[in-house]
Amino acid sequence: MMLGWLLIILLVGGVLAWWGERWGPSVPRWIAVMALGLDMALVLGWVVVPFAQGSLSSEALWMAEWHSPWIPRFGIHLHLALDGLSLLLILLTFLLGISAVVASWTEIQRKIGFFHFNILWVLAGVVGVFLAIDLFFFFVWWEVMLVPMYLLISIWGHERRAYAAMKFFLFTQAGSLFMLIAIVALTMIHFEQTQIVTFDFLQLKETSLTVEQEMWLLLGFFLAFAVKLPAVLLHPWLPDAHTEAPTGGSVILAGLMLKTGGYGLLRFALPLFPHAAESIATAGMTLGVIGILFGSVMAFAQTDLKRLVAYTNISHLGFVLLGIFAMNAYAYQGAVMQMIAHGISTSALFILVGALQERMRTRDIRRMGGLWSVVPKHGGFSLFFAMASLGLPGLANFIGEFLVLLGVFRVNIILTVFAVLGIIGAAIYSLFFIKGTFHGPNTEGWTIPDLGPRHVALLGVMIVFQVGLGLYPQPVFQAADPFIQTLPAPAPSSPPPLTWVP
Amino acid sequence: MLSWIWLVPVVPFFGFLILSLFGGFLSRRMVAVTGAGSISVSTVLGGLVAARLIMEKAGEVPMAFHQVWWTWVGISRLRVQIGFHLDAVSTVMMVVVTFVALLIHLYSIDYMEEDEGYSRFFAYMNLFVASMLVLVLADNFLLLLLGWEGVGMCSYLLIGFWYREPANGLAAQKAFLMTRLADTAFILGILMIFSHLETLQIQEALRRAVVTWPHGSSAAVTVAALFLIGAIGKSAQIPLQTWLPDAMAGPTPVSALIHAATMVTAGVYLIARMHELFELAPVVQMTVGIIGGLTLLLSAMSALAQQDAKRILAYSTISQIGYMFLALGVGAVSAALFHFMTHAFFKALLFLVVGAVSMRLNHERNIMKMGGLRHDLPLAFWTFLIGAAALAGFPLTAGFFSKDWILWEVWSQESGSVWLSGSIWLWGMGMLGVFLTALYIFRAFFFIFYGDQTTQPDRKTPSWALSISLIVLAGFSLMGGWVEWPATFGNVALFSGFIGTAIPVHRASAHVFIEELLIQALSVGLVLFGIFSAYLLFLRHPGLVEAVVGTTPGKELRRAALRGWGFTRLYNWLIVQPFLKTVRVSKHDPVDRLYTRLMVNPYLWMAQINKDDFLNRFYDLLVTVNRACYLAVRRVQNGHLRWYARIMGAGAVVMMGMVIFL
Amino acid sequence: MNHVPLEQGLLLAGMLFVLGLAGLLARRNMIFLLMSLEIMLNAAGLAFVVAGAKWSAPDGQVMFLFVLTMASAEVAVGLALILQLYHHFHTLNADSVSTMRG
Repeated sequence: MMLGWLLIILLVGGVLAWWGERWGPSVPRWIAVMALGLDMALVLGWVVVPFAQGSLSSEALWMAEWHSPWIPRFGIHLHLALDGLSLLLILLTFLLGISAVVASWTEIQRKIGFFHFNILWVLAGVVGVFLAIDLFFFFVWWEVMLVPMYLLISIWGHERRAYAAMKFFLFTQAGSLFMLIAIVALTMIHFEQTQIVTFDFLQLKETSLTVEQEMWLLLGFFLAFAVKLPAVLLHPWLPDAHTEAPTGGSVILAGLMLKTGGYGLLRFALPLFPHAAESIATAGMTLGVIGILFGSVMAFAQTDLKRLVAYTNISHLGFVLLGIFAMNAYAYQGAVMQMIAHGISTSALFILVGALQERMRTRDIRRMGGLWSVVPKHGGFSLFFAMASLGLPGLANFIGEFLVLLGVFRVNIILTVFAVLGIIGAAIYSLFFIKGTFHGPNTEGWTIPDLGPRHVALLGVMIVFQVGLGLYPQPVFQAADPFIQTLPAPAPSSPPPLTWVP
Repeated sequence: MLSWIWLVPVVPFFGFLILSLFGGFLSRRMVAVTGAGSISVSTVLGGLVAARLIMEKAGEVPMAFHQVWWTWVGISRLRVQIGFHLDAVSTVMMVVVTFVALLIHLYSIDYMEEDEGYSRFFAYMNLFVASMLVLVLADNFLLLLLGWEGVGMCSYLLIGFWYREPANGLAAQKAFLMTRLADTAFILGILMIFSHLETLQIQEALRRAVVTWPHGSSAAVTVAALFLIGAIGKSAQIPLQTWLPDAMAGPTPVSALIHAATMVTAGVYLIARMHELFELAPVVQMTVGIIGGLTLLLSAMSALAQQDAKRILAYSTISQIGYMFLALGVGAVSAALFHFMTHAFFKALLFLVVGAVSMRLNHERNIMKMGGLRHDLPLAFWTFLIGAAALAGFPLTAGFFSKDWILWEVWSQESGSVWLSGSIWLWGMGMLGVFLTALYIFRAFFFIFYGDQTTQPDRKTPSWALSISLIVLAGFSLMGGWVEWPATFGNVALFSGFIGTAIPVHRASAHVFIEELLIQALSVGLVLFGIFSAYLLFLRHPGLVEAVVGTTPGKELRRAALRGWGFTRLYNWLIVQPFLKTVRVSKHDPVDRLYTRLMVNPYLWMAQINKDDFLNRFYDLLVTVNRACYLAVRRVQNGHLRWYARIMGAGAVVMMGMVIFL
Repeated sequence: MNHVPLEQGLLLAGMLFVLGLAGLLARRNMIFLLMSLEIMLNAAGLAFVVAGAKWSAPDGQVMFLFVLTMASAEVAVGLALILQLYHHFHTLNADSVSTMRG
C-alpha cells in the first residue's frame, strides 16, 4: 500500500495546491514541495534505508508491491511494484520534481495554484508509469502524464505555445494508440491460449507468440516508447515542446518524461518480446547512433538557447537507445546510468537557460556574450553542466556513455566508432553554448542579476549528485543489477579477430 | 608514508574547491597563499613519497606501490577501481609536474597580479595540476582518461582565460576539439583493450597483452595505433599539431605549465607507459619515430620563421616533443622521459623569461620590436641564456645530456626489421634538428637582448617570487642533466637505472666508445655552428645577408619582402634555401587550412542547411494534407438552410436508390 | 369498413411529401419553409395511418400521435426562432441568414 500512498499524496497534493492558491501565492509552491518531500522521505525511509541496512534484499523480484483488484471482470488490477530500476527512477522523479517547483518559484506568476496542480499530476503520472506493472494500469498512468503536460505548455509556455502543445499531444497520443492496440492484442492472444483475461505483466510474459506476432506487438510498444524517448524520425515534437514549455515543464519533460520511454523499453518491450527485440537490435542501435549524431549537429545549429538544449536531449537519449539494444549487461547499466545522469544534467541546463531567459527576456544566443563578468555564478554553473553534458570523465554522464560504448563495442564495432564521434559533437555544441553566452564581448551591455540563493542551492545539490555518481556510481549499478539480470542477453559473441596485418 | 600518495592530487583539488567556492571573498594575498600553498604541499608530499618509494622498495622489481580506494565501476567482469600506481615512470612524472607547477605558481603570483580573474586563474591552475597528477598516477585506463580529459578541459579554460577576446575563445575551442578528436581514437583503444583483454588495469592489461597477443598481431597493432593517435593529438605532433601555436593566446604561465612542461607531454607518458604494447607492434613503433623525426624538423623550421616570441617557443615545444617521440620510436623510453624532464625545466624557464620580458614591455611579444635589453633586464638575460643553451644542447647543460642520449640511441638502434633500417635517416633528422634548434633559439636571443634598443622597459623590480622561480629553473636547466652521464663521460646512470625498475631499460647493445664520442662531438659541433650562424646572420652581419641577397635570386626576395614577409623570412630564405618551401608552407599552416576545408566547413554547412530540421518537413506535410482536406470539407458547411435541405434530399434519394436498385 | 387501398394511400402520402419537399427547396420565406416541413411531417403521418389501417394495427395511429406532438413542439420552437431571426435581421429570407457558419 505504501506505493499507493506515493501516488495518492501527489494527486491529493495537486488538488490541495490548486485550492490553496486562495491563501496566498506561495502556498501552492510549499504544498508541492512538501508533497514531493514527503514522498521522497517515504521512499527513503521504507525502502532505501532498509535496503542499505541489508534488511531488504534486492534479490527478491520486487522490493515492495501493492496489489488490489480494480475491474476484475477484465482482469485489470491496481498492481504497483517497485524494484531497483523503479526505485532509482522514482527517486530521480522526486528530486527533479522539487527542482522543477523551485526553479519556477519566481517565473510563474499566473494561475499559480493550477500550475502546481498540473506539475504534481504530471509527476504522479510519471511515478505511476515507473511503478505500475499491470499493463492496463500502466497505460492509464501513461495517459495521465499527458494532459497536465499539455496544459503546462499551452498555458504557461512561450510564444508558440499552442502550436508546440498541440504537436506534443498529437505525437505522444498517436504513439500510445499503437501501444494500446498492442496491449489489447497481447491480452487477446493470451486469452485464446489460456482462457484467462489478464493484463498482468508477469502472466502475459508467459504467452507464447509466433515470430510474426512478436514482431508486430513489439513494434506497437516500440512506437510509443520511441516517440517519448525520442528516437530520431519521431522526434520533431521535442524541440518545440521543450522550447516553448516553462522552465518547470522543460525540466519534467526532459528530465523525466523522456525517461519513461527508455524505462518502458527496458521494463516491458524487451522482456515481453525478447526474440523480436534481438532481431531488430541492429536497427535500434543504428537509430540510436543516428540520433546521437543528428542531435549533436542540430544542437550546434540552433540560435535559440532552449532549442539548443532540447536537441542535446536527442543526442543523449540516442545513447540510451543504443545501450538498450546492445543487449548486454554493460550497455544496460550504461543506459540506466545515462538516464539518471542525463536527467540531472539536462534539467540543470534548462534551469540555467530558463533563469537566463527570465532575466534577459530573450533566448537568442546571438544577442548574448560576455556574461561571465556580469553573472559569474551563472557562468560557473553553466560551465559545469556544459562539461557534464559533453561527457567529462568524473561526472555521471561519462559513466553512462562509456558503459554504453563498452557494451556496444562487443556487438558492433562500426556503430561504436560513429557513436564515439558523437562525443566530439557534444563537445562542439557545449563549447558553442559557453562561448556564445558567457565568453566573448558583451556587445549589448547586459546587466542582469546573478543567480539567487535558491538557484545556487538547487544547482549545488545537482552538482553533488553529478560528481557523486560520477565517482561512485556503484550504488546505481547494484540497485539496477537484479533487474538487469532478468533482461534478455544474447550470448555475447567474442569480438571477431582482426586479421588485417599479415 | 607511501599511503599518503592520494594526498598529492587531492590537495591541489582542494585548493581548486576553496578558490572556486570562496574565491570571491578572499583577498588577493589569500588567493595566492591558497593557490601556491596547495601546490607546495603537494610538491613536498610528492617528494617525500618518491623518496620513500626509493628507500622502501629498493631492489624490488618492479619497484612499485599500489593503492586502491574504492571500486569505481564494477559490472560483471568489468572492475575499475579508483587507485594509484606509483612506479619509477609515474614518480618521475609526478615529481617533475609538482615541482615545475610550484615554480610556475610562484611566478604567477607576480605575473597575474593586475588581473581581475586572479582567483579564477589559480583555481583553474590548481585543478589542472590535480588532473595532471591523476593522469600520471592512474592505475587504470578509465582514471587515466579522467585525468586526460581533465587537463584538456583546464587547458581549454586557461587558453580562453581572457574570455572577452573572441580570438582567445576560438583558440581554446580549437585546442579542445582537436585533442578531443584524437581522444576518440584513444577511447576506442580503451574499449578494444577491454573487449580483448577483459581488464582496464594498465599493468594487468600489459601483462595479458604480452601473453595473448603475438608479436605484430593485428589486435596489438590496432590498439597501439589508436593510442598513438590519442598521443599525437595531446602532444601536438604532426598532423595534429596546429592547435598548439594558437594556444599561446593564454597567459604565459599557462603556456609554460600546460603547453610546454606538462600536459603536452602526456602523449609521451602514454606511449612510455604502454611501452610493452608498442613493442608488440613494431610498425606502429616505427611510425612513432617517423612522426617524431618529421615533427621535430618541420616545427624547428616553423620556429625559425616566427616573430612572436611565444610562438617561437610553441613551435620549439612541438619540435622537442618530436625528439621524445623519436626516442620512443626506437624504444628508448628512459631517454624520452629524461628529455621530458630536462625539457620541462628549460622550456618552462624560457616561457617564464619571455613572459617576464614582455610584462616589462607593456605586453609586447614581437621579437622584432625588442632589442638591446641585456642591460635593463640582467636577470632575464642570464636566465634566458641558460635556457637557450640548454634547449640548444650546449655541452654540460641539461639539454645536452638528454638530446645526446636520444641521438645515440637512435644511431645505435639495431635494425632488426626492414622497417627499422631507416633509423639512420631518423638520426639524420635529429642531427639537423640540433642545428636548427640552436639557430632559432639564438636568433630569438640575439633579437631580444642585443642589437639596437628600441623600447624602454618600465622600472618595476621583479618580485622575489618571480626571481626565485626563474633562478631555480635556470639552476635545474643547467644542472638537471647531471644525474645521467653518458658512457663516454663517467657513465652515471641514476636516471635510467631508476626508470629501469619499471620498464626494461633499452640500452644500446654494445657501447662503441669511439663511435659514441664522435657522435657527441658532431652534435656539439652542430650546436656551436648553429649558435655561430645565428650570431653571424642575425647580429654581427645583417649586411652579409644583404650581400647574399644580391647574388641569389634577388627578385623573388624583393617580392617576398614587398609582400610583407619581414626580415626573418628573408634570412630564412638564405639560410635554409632548400627548405624554404616547407617553411613557407608551415607558416601558413596548410594542414590547418586542410582541416578547415575538409572538416570544419562541411560540418558548419551541414549544421546550417539543416538548421530547421528537415525531418520535421515530413510531419509538416502531414499537417498540410490534413488542413487541405479540412478546408475542402468546410466548404459544405455554408450556413444556407436550403442548401442543407437540398443535400439532405439528394442524400435521401441516393439512399433510396441504393436500397431499391442494389 | 371501406378500405382505402394501400397503394392509393401511400401515393397520396408520397405526393404530399414531394410537395412539401419541393416547397422546402423552392421557397425562401422561412414561414413557408416551416409550413412545407409541416406538410412533409403530415405526409409521413399519413403513411403511418394508412399502413396501420392496412394491417389493423393501432401502432400507426400511435405513431401519428407522436408525429403530431413533435410537429407542434417543432412549430413552437421554430416560430420562436424565426421571430428572433426576424428581430435580428429584419427579413424572413432564409438565404440571407447564413452567418452561422460551421
